[in-house]
Amino acid sequence: MSHSATLALLAISPLILVSLTVIVVMLSIAWRRNHTLSATLTAIGLNAALLALLFGWTLGPVDVTGLLVVDDLSRFGGVLVLMSTLACLTLAHHYLEGYDGPRDEFYLLLSSAAAGGLVLVSARHMATLFFGIELLSMPLFGMLAYTFRDRGALESGIKYMVLSAAATAFLLFGMALLYAVTGTLAFDELGAALATYGSDAWLLAGAGMLLVGLAFKLSIVPFHLWTPDVYQGGPGPATTFLATASKVAVFLVLLRLFQSALALHEGWWSDLLGFIALITMLVGNLLALTQNDLKRLLGYSSIAHFGYLLVALVVNDGLAVETVGVYLVTYVLTTLGAFGVVTLVSSPYIATGGTADASPLHHYRGLFWRRPYLTAVMTVSMLSLAGIPFTAGFIGKFYIVAVGVEAHRWWLVGGVVVGSAIGLYYYLRVMVTLFLHEPGMQRRDATHDWAERAGGMVVLGVATLVILLGLYPTPMIDWVHWVAGS
Amino acid sequence: MTLVWLILIPFIGGLLCWQAERFGDQAPRWIALATMLLELAMVLALWAGTDFSLPATGAENAWALEWQADWIPRFGIQVHLALDGLSLIMIALTGLLGAMAVICSWREIVRRVGFFHLNLLWILGGVVGVFLAIDLFLFFLFWEMMLVPMYFLIALWGHSGSKGSSRIGAATKFFIYTQASGLLMLIAILGLVFVHHAATGEYTFAYADLLDTPLDETTAWWLMLGFFVAFAVKLPVVPLHGWLPDAHAQAPTAGSVDLAGILLKTAAYGMLRFALPLFPEASQAFAPVAMTLGLIGIFYGAILACGQQDLKRLIAYTSISHMGFVLIGIYAGTELALQGVVALMVAHAFSAAGLFILSGQLYERLHTRDMRQMGGLWGRIRGLPGFALCFVAASLGLPGTANFVGEFMVMFGTFGVAPWIVAIASLGLILAAIYSLFIMQRVYYGPPAEETSFGGLDRRETVLLFGIVALVVLFGVYPQPLLETSAGAMQIVQHTVERAGAMTGGAQ
Repeated sequence: MSHSATLALLAISPLILVSLTVIVVMLSIAWRRNHTLSATLTAIGLNAALLALLFGWTLGPVDVTGLLVVDDLSRFGGVLVLMSTLACLTLAHHYLEGYDGPRDEFYLLLSSAAAGGLVLVSARHMATLFFGIELLSMPLFGMLAYTFRDRGALESGIKYMVLSAAATAFLLFGMALLYAVTGTLAFDELGAALATYGSDAWLLAGAGMLLVGLAFKLSIVPFHLWTPDVYQGGPGPATTFLATASKVAVFLVLLRLFQSALALHEGWWSDLLGFIALITMLVGNLLALTQNDLKRLLGYSSIAHFGYLLVALVVNDGLAVETVGVYLVTYVLTTLGAFGVVTLVSSPYIATGGTADASPLHHYRGLFWRRPYLTAVMTVSMLSLAGIPFTAGFIGKFYIVAVGVEAHRWWLVGGVVVGSAIGLYYYLRVMVTLFLHEPGMQRRDATHDWAERAGGMVVLGVATLVILLGLYPTPMIDWVHWVAGS
Repeated sequence: MTLVWLILIPFIGGLLCWQAERFGDQAPRWIALATMLLELAMVLALWAGTDFSLPATGAENAWALEWQADWIPRFGIQVHLALDGLSLIMIALTGLLGAMAVICSWREIVRRVGFFHLNLLWILGGVVGVFLAIDLFLFFLFWEMMLVPMYFLIALWGHSGSKGSSRIGAATKFFIYTQASGLLMLIAILGLVFVHHAATGEYTFAYADLLDTPLDETTAWWLMLGFFVAFAVKLPVVPLHGWLPDAHAQAPTAGSVDLAGILLKTAAYGMLRFALPLFPEASQAFAPVAMTLGLIGIFYGAILACGQQDLKRLIAYTSISHMGFVLIGIYAGTELALQGVVALMVAHAFSAAGLFILSGQLYERLHTRDMRQMGGLWGRIRGLPGFALCFVAASLGLPGTANFVGEFMVMFGTFGVAPWIVAIASLGLILAAIYSLFIMQRVYYGPPAEETSFGGLDRRETVLLFGIVALVVLFGVYPQPLLETSAGAMQIVQHTVERAGAMTGGAQ
């Protein structure tokens, strides 16, 4: 084997390890069904992949055929994807203990989706982009509808499937148009071609459709309609994965597209994107205002957060890449905290036939007086989502405002301020609900030993990280700065 | 390190209170009191040990104490704390009012005592941080951070008020007002930092470096507005005051004491420390507008105070009126007016705290704050009405009280700059007399609603109130120590204003 081939194999070894995990877990299920064994095997495989990823950092940027590139950005994305997958895994183990159907396959789906995420963050060709997105989404249908006897979960899975089909159609059509005009599918060649062809109508149509496809996945207004239903209905661990790993991977590929291919520096193009960012943050926040369901509320809040993130893409200059990195880290940590608490309160799963999880807000009323530390986690997550100082979320918001101010995008900065002010209202509402002393109507509680379980520890660790990074963000900033700089 | 400890002590004390709850309800109270007294003792020791009366050389900030450490080198952000006469007075005030807040909620708060004191002390810790931070990032962090415990204080221990206004609604309103305006300040801070970056090629949030950022007129104007709006919401200046009456009316007594006594002062402090020195020319140009807003505040607050039925809302509106004087004094920019602002802030902290504590004590006895249900209380509660008379007299600015000193100095200092503003503002003093006498008349005199008498003041309450009265009179008769301490800091502000005036004057 030639040297370059070895290097390439080493560079994509995390992907290979995750795929191997899928096969091993599948065989182990075929041999004997054992919930804990499957979970442990998956955890080992994912951890091995994470280690391989971290050690692979010494290799520097590696091109793997014309399809994948393993550079700092993709390793950064890989770390986020694998970390959130691991968190979902620990949450899922506790959650699924109450499920009476087959439990082991969830881990198969989870690791397949993680593999899709890994492909996506390394994609530098439309083929791998498409492949990655499908590999990420297909298992998610299964995960979202995993507890399919609940109408909510089934509805969530089917809705996500229909939307994904639509998104895929847009994506493929867009790619086809781009190919028809330029004759290439590699990102960098596309970028060069776009520069020469200028504003060819077919080219713009293709680029637009591509964006629509990705916007569906990121639930950017006006392609957000599926989000609240899917978030609300899906089982806790699956929603957590959808909200973290899946979004991060898609956003990173979008960032890569913007860096190489779609950098259309025409005024109206970035104005249009700016407008989309503006309405995304406003609509997300406004619709969240009246929600009485925590998971729906978090769904709308995630729409708003991706609106903020789009500001960095609109600017696409200066601090932009660093901003995306920092914001994604803080977003993932915070979201893991918030959904982690929801999942822990809903664990173990209890079949209801409707929506199984403890998602209505009144379940959480007075949680502080029963589970003070779990409530502390939730409070920290809410404060961080609202971007209050001394939480990681503030550092993210600081970057967004900074990038907007630096580029003099005053409308967007104004949008962030208005959005945050609106957002405060519902984050505070959730927070104060936790501390009210009136008993809730249908109490649902985390088990007493939640803090000793892996899922509980992960959630506590995440909350601690949110606080630590809020107090001393330098390590994170240095890391991301280094990733963005190279 | 003393400065770091000044910030850390309330935070640590708060955590201890929270954990001490398991040893019973008394433990958190004593711990909180001890924490605040320790804080106060440290500040007083600093005060005694440092000479603040030295006039500052030129316009350089002469800090009595300074502490810095790298924090986020990527953006040149440091943990940079510094103390001068102004911040010392404010921190001493924080410690004192903090202790009072703990004492006055001794009986009032019976549910979740530990968590209550955690929030109370964390507010105070945040406020101390605001008064010490001279890195703009750090300042902003403390500025926003202190809102969270205040929110909990109002939302969880507040009174559900009259006419459907809920305590959670009031708390949310308070939070959104201040947070959103705070974000405007963040934008202004970042704008300033990027202008500085464009000029020098390095990121820094350090106060001393940003002071000499070259700004063109329009930029300076917008950035100054960003700071001003944030401070104006907190002060509050009239079109932005919507949160204040609700927050006061629903907050527990300790919350009101902190809110009126210290939190409002952070805004005036911010103007003196940041808005004026960072943008002297723009502030100079803005001064007539600001003074007019102050004037509107004086009358608006006073007139609305006259029409209130809820005792705490009434006091809240009088705060708006008093803060109008503060705003006028700040933007007058003469040394006398600025010194008057300091005196007035201290005086108002005492008189407003006293009035709020009294209304809290009335509420404990009468279970209402509605003045229509009061009346004739003079003979029915032993001791309390006498103190009320003292604080009302202070609030209307009777000579011999600290409030008189403050208002007089502000007016006197402003007269040379804006005689008409002073002439109109002094009419506001008449309204102050009217609403003050309204309080006495409606609550304590007139025909009693019933003949039954209520329990008199116990020793804790008497000592607390007597202490405040003593301070009001002390600084009313002999304000010199206060003025000497703040002289250096105020001279620096005055120099900046003067230079800006000379420059804009020269340009015309």
